[in-house]
Amino acid sequence: MTFQTVGKRKPKYEGIAHVTGETQFVDDMFVPRTLTVKAFRSPVHKGRILKLDTSRAEQMDGVASVITYKDVPANAYGFGADQPVLVQTDIRYKGEPIAAVAAEDEATAYKALDAITIDIEEQEPVFDVLKAMEPDAPQVVPGGNIMMFDDRPYNLATMGDVEAGFKEADHIIEETYFFPDQEHTAMETQVSLVVPEAAGRITVYSVCQDRSMLLGMLAGILQLGSKDALKCECASEWAGRTRSAWRHHAGLNRLKMQAGPVGGGFGGKNEFHADPITAILALKTGRPCKWRWTREEEILYSTHREAMHITYKDGVKNDGRIVARYIKTIRDSGAYVGFNGYATGKTNYFANGPYYVPNLRVEGAAVFTNKPVSSTMRGFAVAPVTFAVEAQMYKIAKTIGMDPLEFRFKNAMRRGDKLVNQQVMHDTSIIEVMQTLAKKAGVQLPDHLSKMTSYDRRA
Amino acid sequence: MPILNFRVNGKRYEVAVEPTTTLLEVLREKLMITSPKMGCNTGDCGTCSVFLDGKLIRSCITAAMVANQKEVTTLEGIAPHGEFDPLQQAFLENHGTQCGFCTPGMIMAAKALLNENPKPTKQEIKEALSGNLCRCTGYKKIVESVQAAATQKN
Repeated sequence: MTFQTVGKRKPKYEGIAHVTGETQFVDDMFVPRTLTVKAFRSPVHKGRILKLDTSRAEQMDGVASVITYKDVPANAYGFGADQPVLVQTDIRYKGEPIAAVAAEDEATAYKALDAITIDIEEQEPVFDVLKAMEPDAPQVVPGGNIMMFDDRPYNLATMGDVEAGFKEADHIIEETYFFPDQEHTAMETQVSLVVPEAAGRITVYSVCQDRSMLLGMLAGILQLGSKDALKCECASEWAGRTRSAWRHHAGLNRLKMQAGPVGGGFGGKNEFHADPITAILALKTGRPCKWRWTREEEILYSTHREAMHITYKDGVKNDGRIVARYIKTIRDSGAYVGFNGYATGKTNYFANGPYYVPNLRVEGAAVFTNKPVSSTMRGFAVAPVTFAVEAQMYKIAKTIGMDPLEFRFKNAMRRGDKLVNQQVMHDTSIIEVMQTLAKKAGVQLPDHLSKMTSYDRRA
Repeated sequence: MPILNFRVNGKRYEVAVEPTTTLLEVLREKLMITSPKMGCNTGDCGTCSVFLDGKLIRSCITAAMVANQKEVTTLEGIAPHGEFDPLQQAFLENHGTQCGFCTPGMIMAAKALLNENPKPTKQEIKEALSGNLCRCTGYKKIVESVQAAATQKN
């Protein structure tokens, strides 16, 4: 069969604009009378604001507006409905926005930030998840540093009987792995341009990767709808809340959001960064406002990939079959819920890798620390456990004296096998993928491995 | 305020600038020539790269007045109107772009190399582009694009 597209190199649809420099990123848009936005950020990791004085900044020539928490219509957003746009009292991480200014130019905006004074009662922060889990640890979040899932301090996924499986095993192999957090460092930093339009409408030009979700959340924050619109409920629990945000927040007809082009995102532009503050300032001043984060802000205060502690305990038979596996992951969530509750479910789903284990128990914990919020990045919640499960597979094979490749073939998922969530894998082909990879890598597989198929468990 | 009198892509401009204004700020915010980007503003990422009298510079750490009475060339000016430089053609055909944000600086750095050394080795290309960061591609297709342009030229 011949294909029109498959196997052929097609020109990139936006390629000409890229190579001529005509691609217009958000920061490349210039609207007359645009004000420059800058944020006054927390200088401490944790503390209580005793006094905030913005009056000198407000009176400066060239300053159009200074906003604090009082100016945010509904000052709690995110999947936990817990994250403020601007901090009212309790600071949870260094760099958290407390106030923001819109000024005629950048130099004036920075001068206005210098004119803001603040008294903070500094408190002891906690950065390490293991320390944060101790009973007497400083409280990042009122009500405990460990995120609760119903009545459990972790998200649980289980199949079979793990304890019985361990009794059956000839070897028990246990190891803990650590995966550090990671910053996306897209070439384009966070940028938002918000332009007031006729009839109280605004257009948000955002670098975000997730327009539909953020549009609903922004409507919740701005409360542009009628006065009886429900209070910001944009997302009370982890799943499916975007839709409830859409339903509850009238005022979407006053909000237009254009996303992209994105100058590199990699997950770093999935959550709000610049849009809510810029939108509030544009509504308040009636003028276009643009906020471009500096590289320093981007690296220090934007969302990042989670750090994770991952423990595997495996029960393995002498013939190389894993009969029981217990996995515990502890996710560093940073200071707010964000995607972290949802992410534990994703981690639980993927933590066992492409292998079949009949008795499986996966516990995904999420712990708050005084750091910026952990969020999405390229296979978020998956990459850490993928690294760990493959390291563990290698370790087990070496411990029981089996070739690591053979060990993987033996435990690879076959068609009809179940994942930990009881999902039946009807069309898995991990064995065929490994055979193809071995061939391409020039690895000669022994006969019994090259004859294995995804249809037969015993082959 | 000092007056900056210079040429950009063949056109003469006169702009009043602060002594602290950078060339990048003048290009982007006063002249609205937006192919040079602000990626780090500290001279580290290379996405603001332009030519000053034919020499590759980082416009974000160059005071605007340095360009007084000189000629600046940006990506918009490297090929006659409506035509492609061989490098632009090669980046297009070899998928040397992904998000497009680093592309203008990357092509300028490659152009500076080919002006000096029309037949560079792969290693020479990598070294010449070592000051230009890209977070999408992993550089492979960028290097291939420059190799393709160098081959096509001769």
